[in-house]
Amino acid sequence: MSSDKEEQKMKAAKPTKAAGPEKAAPEVAKPAETKPVPAPKPAAPPATAAPPAKQEPEPPAFEKGLAQELVAKFGDAVKILYIRPIRIKVETGPSSIVEVATYLRDSMGFDHAESASGTDYPKENQIEVNYHLGSYTRDDLLANIIVLTTKANRDDPRVPSLIRVYPSVEYHERETYEMLGVYFEGHPRMERFLLPEDWADIPPLRKDFRIKGR
Amino acid sequence: MATLEEKIEETRKLGLQVVKEIEEDRLMTLSVGPQHPGSGHFRFTIKVDGDYIVYCDPDPGYVHRGEEKMCEYRNVIQNIPHLERPVIHDSNNITYSYSLAVEDLMGIQVPRRGQFIRAIASELNRQVYTLYWLAIYGIFLGHSTMFMWPAGDRELFIDLLERLTGARVTHAYNIPGGVRNDMPEGFKQRCLDHIRYFEKRLKEYEDIFYNMPLFRQRTEGVAVLSKEDAVKLGVTGSVLRASGIPYDIRKVEPYDVYNEVDFKVQYMKTGDSFARSYVPFLDMKESCNIMRQLLDKMPESGEVRTKLQPNPKGPPGEAYRRVESGRGALGYHIVSDGTPRPYRVKISVGSFRNLLALPYLLVGNKLADMPAVYWSLNYWPVEADR
Repeated sequence: MSSDKEEQKMKAAKPTKAAGPEKAAPEVAKPAETKPVPAPKPAAPPATAAPPAKQEPEPPAFEKGLAQELVAKFGDAVKILYIRPIRIKVETGPSSIVEVATYLRDSMGFDHAESASGTDYPKENQIEVNYHLGSYTRDDLLANIIVLTTKANRDDPRVPSLIRVYPSVEYHERETYEMLGVYFEGHPRMERFLLPEDWADIPPLRKDFRIKGR
Repeated sequence: MATLEEKIEETRKLGLQVVKEIEEDRLMTLSVGPQHPGSGHFRFTIKVDGDYIVYCDPDPGYVHRGEEKMCEYRNVIQNIPHLERPVIHDSNNITYSYSLAVEDLMGIQVPRRGQFIRAIASELNRQVYTLYWLAIYGIFLGHSTMFMWPAGDRELFIDLLERLTGARVTHAYNIPGGVRNDMPEGFKQRCLDHIRYFEKRLKEYEDIFYNMPLFRQRTEGVAVLSKEDAVKLGVTGSVLRASGIPYDIRKVEPYDVYNEVDFKVQYMKTGDSFARSYVPFLDMKESCNIMRQLLDKMPESGEVRTKLQPNPKGPPGEAYRRVESGRGALGYHIVSDGTPRPYRVKISVGSFRNLLALPYLLVGNKLADMPAVYWSLNYWPVEADR
């Protein structure tokens, strides 16, 4: 199971703080990324979908080219989670996210970030941070969105801030910080933004925060 | 320590709020909002050096309702009525992209007539929102006629939407799979009549407001956002198009039947407050043209909605879909784990993205220009807070 090994390797490469036992089990919520495909990773972009997940059709050529360009440049540091018409999702480790984002901006034309957000996965003890990157200046990319994603340990989520690459993430990262508790290292103001000043509970978008009465 | 001028320069260059410790004694701090009549449910702190704004710190969140969290407790249909609360004046657009994303996730096809009707409803609703915004922009620049006229003409489209959906402002009309009900009898003709009348009115708006020397003096050349900075700050909608980038989701990523409509993306190159206030006006004109074509091409009869099972659910997965709302791109990132309730819903709204331009544009301008700059950003505080 060579890909299992690779997955272990990727996990080991992340600066996780000796978290709980991280299983190499596939996450339920992410379709295309799961399955062990014995093929060498760089050449095989999205791979086959797991049986219960939605069947991914053959990826369109243009988007496939973009994904392959990334894989050719960064090799094992990036993992293509899916390729669909005008949407690509790329996972990378926290250690290489700034480098990948800089490359996306300077060499591939993704010149702005539409949003930064996060999703809590308590079962895997991880928080996924998503950046939606788009382009205003390259005509053939106008409709394309690259979802750049990285995973942080839920017990102490820290990822590098992309604010020096994409200034537009300033408020989005602050919102993610207070809503999910992800600390963005290098952001000049990790402070409260939307929540009340006297908020004294856990970050509300975490799954263990329950709305009262529900 | 850097001088004040250098710090201002740095702030402007980065678009960040790095001016944290300027020599306080020279400066006066003003809190604008949340009760201030000019800011909406929103507050920002500014520091002025004489007449000039040298620092601005937005403080949103007064109308934060936790929409994204609420979505995780209701199924995809139950989510619709509360999701339109952030922008009740543009409620069809905020549920439009939600419906598109859910349809993507569940693989639902929308009947052709349904696609046309919801595109028409979203155009009507965009007019309602833009007129409301224009009314407020007018009154805060001291032009009370420009408050009365759009606020009155807004009723034209509210009347149409009321006939179409049964409600004046919050319609809950779009649902995954199509629209709730078909068009009433005679709607098409009434719609065409209203558009014809409204186009006449638009000419009068231009004469009384946009061509008025006083208005132009207050807005032309004020707070210029260059093309490069607009891209860097990631602004969207009319703010982006006013800076010379013809980017409209209806054009670059046509959803439903927009690829069958022939229209031009309206944009200007100057990037000042005037351009930011004029581009929505041009959009209104173009929208009349779009509506005529949609009404013309719409099939005369047919289904308007694909019926879903109660408590619909789809396979696990995620989707990200956008539409062009009155304030720019409006996107939903929905993650599903295969249950009827969404696992995570992220709403990416134009107001929140354009907010970043506020400190950037205000710093270096006179205090008296603040309303002209703030309202030109097409900022809707409730939508930004969600």
